[in-house]
Formats: sequence, C-alpha cells, structure tokens
Amino acid sequence: MKHFKHLTKPYIVWSFVFVVIPLLLIALYAFTTGGNSVKILDFTLRNFVKFLEPTYISVFLKSIKLGLTTTSICLIMGYPLAYFISKFNDKAQDLLILGVTIPMWINLLLRTYAWLNLLADNGIINNLLSIFGISPITMMYTDFSVTLGMVCNFLPLMIIPIHTSLRKMDNSLIEAAYDLGANRIQTFRRIVLKLSMPGVLNGIIMVFLMSISTFVIPKLLGGGQYLLIGNLIESQFISVGDWNFGSAISLLLAIIILISMRLMKKIDPQDE
Amino acid sequence: MKKLYIVFCFIFFYLPILITMIFSFNSSKSLTHFTGFSLRWYQELINNKEIVSAVSVSVTIAILATIISTILGTITAIGLSKSRKFLKEYLLNVNNVPILNPEIVTAIGLMILFSSISIDKGYLTMLLAHICFCTPYVITSVYPKVRSLDPNLANAAMDLGATPVQALFKVILPLLRPGIFAGALLAFTMSFDDFVISYFVTGNGVKNISIIVYNMTKRTNPTINALSTIVIVVIIFILLIVNIVPILRKSKERKYEG
Repeated sequence: MKHFKHLTKPYIVWSFVFVVIPLLLIALYAFTTGGNSVKILDFTLRNFVKFLEPTYISVFLKSIKLGLTTTSICLIMGYPLAYFISKFNDKAQDLLILGVTIPMWINLLLRTYAWLNLLADNGIINNLLSIFGISPITMMYTDFSVTLGMVCNFLPLMIIPIHTSLRKMDNSLIEAAYDLGANRIQTFRRIVLKLSMPGVLNGIIMVFLMSISTFVIPKLLGGGQYLLIGNLIESQFISVGDWNFGSAISLLLAIIILISMRLMKKIDPQDE
Repeated sequence: MKKLYIVFCFIFFYLPILITMIFSFNSSKSLTHFTGFSLRWYQELINNKEIVSAVSVSVTIAILATIISTILGTITAIGLSKSRKFLKEYLLNVNNVPILNPEIVTAIGLMILFSSISIDKGYLTMLLAHICFCTPYVITSVYPKVRSLDPNLANAAMDLGATPVQALFKVILPLLRPGIFAGALLAFTMSFDDFVISYFVTGNGVKNISIIVYNMTKRTNPTINALSTIVIVVIIFILLIVNIVPILRKSKERKYEG
C-alpha cells in the first residue's frame, strides 16, 4: 500500500495554493496599507485601530447580539424538537430528520427570499391580520425579520447534532435512573441533558458561526442600511474598495470564531 | 402536544417555500393575492436569456466541480492513510480550514488570491473556488471509509499479481463507493447552492443562479418564484431518491430477515 502515499501530492500543492496562501494574503492585507495591489509593503496597525471607531464597534456588538439571540432561540426551539423526534421508531426518525434536512439543501437565498412575500407591509401575514381588523405591522427591515430569517435557516443545524447524540443514548440508562428513584426532571437533567451535551455544543457552534458571518440574510431581510460584520466586509470589498480594512475585519471574525470553538470544546464533558 | 410542536416546526420550515411555489403559478404580478393559475412566469423564465445562461453556469460548474473534487478528494483520502503522521496532521488541519472558516473569509481570501495573480475573474475562477470548497467535504466523507479498510486487501491483490493501479481500481475504489458517492452528492449540492463564494470570485458578467436571484430581489419579480420552484423541485427530487431508496431497502431487508 506504500505506493498510494504519493496520491496526496496533488492536494498538498492544491491546498497550499488555494487554502494556505489566501489566509496569508488576508493577514498580509490586514497589516499593511497601500491599496488593493500589494506593491509597497507598508506595515501598520491602522486597519485595526479604525475598527475601534464607534460606528464599527456598534456593528460588531450588534452582530454578536444577534448571533447570541439567534443561537438561543434555535436552542430553545431545536432541543424539544430533536427530543420529540428521538422518541419515534427508527423509520419515522429517519423520515422526520430527512424532513428537517431538506430545507438545508435548498439555496439559502431562495429560502430567505421566500420570507419577503410573507413579511412585507402589504404581505401575506399583514393581509391576514387586516381580516381580523388589526392594522399592518412593519416587520420587514427590522431586527425581527433578520432574526426570523436566521432562525428559519439555521435551526436544522441545531436540531441535527442534538438528535444524533440523543439517538445514540442508551435507553437503559434512563430506566436505571428511574429504578434508582430519580423523578422525570432529575432524570432529564442528570442523564438526558448531560449525555446530549456534545450535540448541544456542536449545534451552538454551528448556529453561532453561521449567524455571525452571514451577509445575505441581513441584506435581504434587513435592507441596505442594516449592517452586520458580514455586510461590513462585503461593502469593503465590493463597494468601498478598502481591502486592507476588509481583511482586518475578516481576520478578527476568523479569530473570534476560533476562540469560541476552543471555549466550547473546553466545556465539552466528553472531551476530557 | 408533541406532534403539534413537530407540525408547527415543519410549517415554519416549509411555509415560505410552499408560498413561493404557489405564487409562481399566479397570473398577476402580485406576490400576495392569488388571482388565477397561469404559467406566465415560467414562460418569461425561459425567454430570459440572463436566467437561462445562469442556470447553465450553475449546472456546468456544479458538474465539473463535483467530478474534479471527487477525484482529488478520493485520491487524497486514500493517500492520507498511508502518509507519515506529521503530513497527515497537517493535511487534516488544512482540510478543516474551508469547512470551519466563515464562507465570507474563504471568499475574500480567494478573491485576493485571484486578483494578485491577475487571473481574469469569471468562469474559471468560479470553478477553481468551487473545487476548493468542495474537496474538503469529499475528503471528510471518504477518509473514514479508507481508515476502516483492511490494508491486507490491497496487499493481497498485489501479491496475486495485480499492479498498484489495478489494486486501486479493482479492490480499493469499489469498497469506498458509498463514501465517494456521499462526498460527490455533498459536493454537487454545495456547489449548486453556493452564493457567497461565487459572488466574490466571479466577474465579467458570469453569474450563477444565486447571483441572479440576489440581483433580482431588489425589485419584486415573480420570475424568481418560478426559478425557485424549479430548483426546489429538482433538489427535493434528488434528495428523496437518494434518501428514500436506502430506507426502503433497509425495511425490505428487515422483512426478509424477520
């Protein structure tokens, strides 16, 4: 089988060119000034200092806040769903999980776009409300519409890992807990919740990662003025043209996500 | 109570999609009042050259990226199990980068790369970028299967006179088929659905379906509903076939066993 060792060579080259070098380039741009073509290397921390301006800090805090809100809602909605699904027989579980997975395979843009028709001022929900004599509520282009879009798109990412760890759980442990006199709440807290923790943590990481870095959902459901970290990066590269500043924000984003993953891994009881 | 909650969640997932599909058959431009059944928007879709070319870009890129990344990912996964520890660790870590990094960071990294080596941004850059983010998913689906292979199998084949290439094609690859198939499917849908990375690395008017939708959402346009409906039906159809067939097969096998 030694002959096959050389099969990794193409990917070693490929991954160096298309994975490692881009990361180095982002770092290089983040620490230099000199426009969009690095000809004169002028090292500086200016791009990071610029991020400390109140406008950008508030964008940053808003992103974190929305990310945490979305993650909490997904956890509160997703855990019971995963738990209920895990109580069905095997075949029904497969089908229900398939039902949860299918939306994930459909283009995120198309799924987000679909909410526009529902939430607009003269949209379907407001039309329904007006039948009951309730005056239209502005839902589009608010925190509400952006959070709703994120929850709808990212909820499966919470449900699937939790369901996987619940399904793996040995049911005799729960029976044993009851036999030893634990009540339902104790059993849930001490056994079920504890054993599903790896799934919960995985779900939290995935949802938080996705919601903190998305720029499509805030753009479509939040409008052009709605800025999150993702939109800030996009505008630096597409419209403003300050690639150095854009790279600095991206670097910060990547670091935040790395740190949060490390933190999550640390509190994972299974990882010891 | 439990069932009610499950139904509620499924409505939450599927209602927007269903409404898009229903309104794609609307006879008027309204996205809120259904005025009658018509195929008007499908007609407009076919006549819209921009959309038709975007569909062909999405489909051809997805096919090419799937083929290339499946080959690249599979040979890497096979070689990986035989590599030295240091190289293995390095490659597995590098492989995780595009999976764990936010899409937007991968996207701008590639965008900077392409402009610093001054390749014209367009079809080629989009294809390269797609291979770049698809390959790691192929490796992660194939590698566990390679590890569970019995290493003696290939050796046995070679002892019996097979060349390494024959051993690869006649012994190893057939055993890896489920993993390769899963990786290829993942690669295809990832590529077909991608927006963020395509959006940053494309240029010269080359657009895929996602980019067209993104540009069109600025004004109400029921043609998007028609396009959505077609894409959704195709994806759901593929997924149902891929997923339902094993479930059916499993239950049939169980019946025979029982």
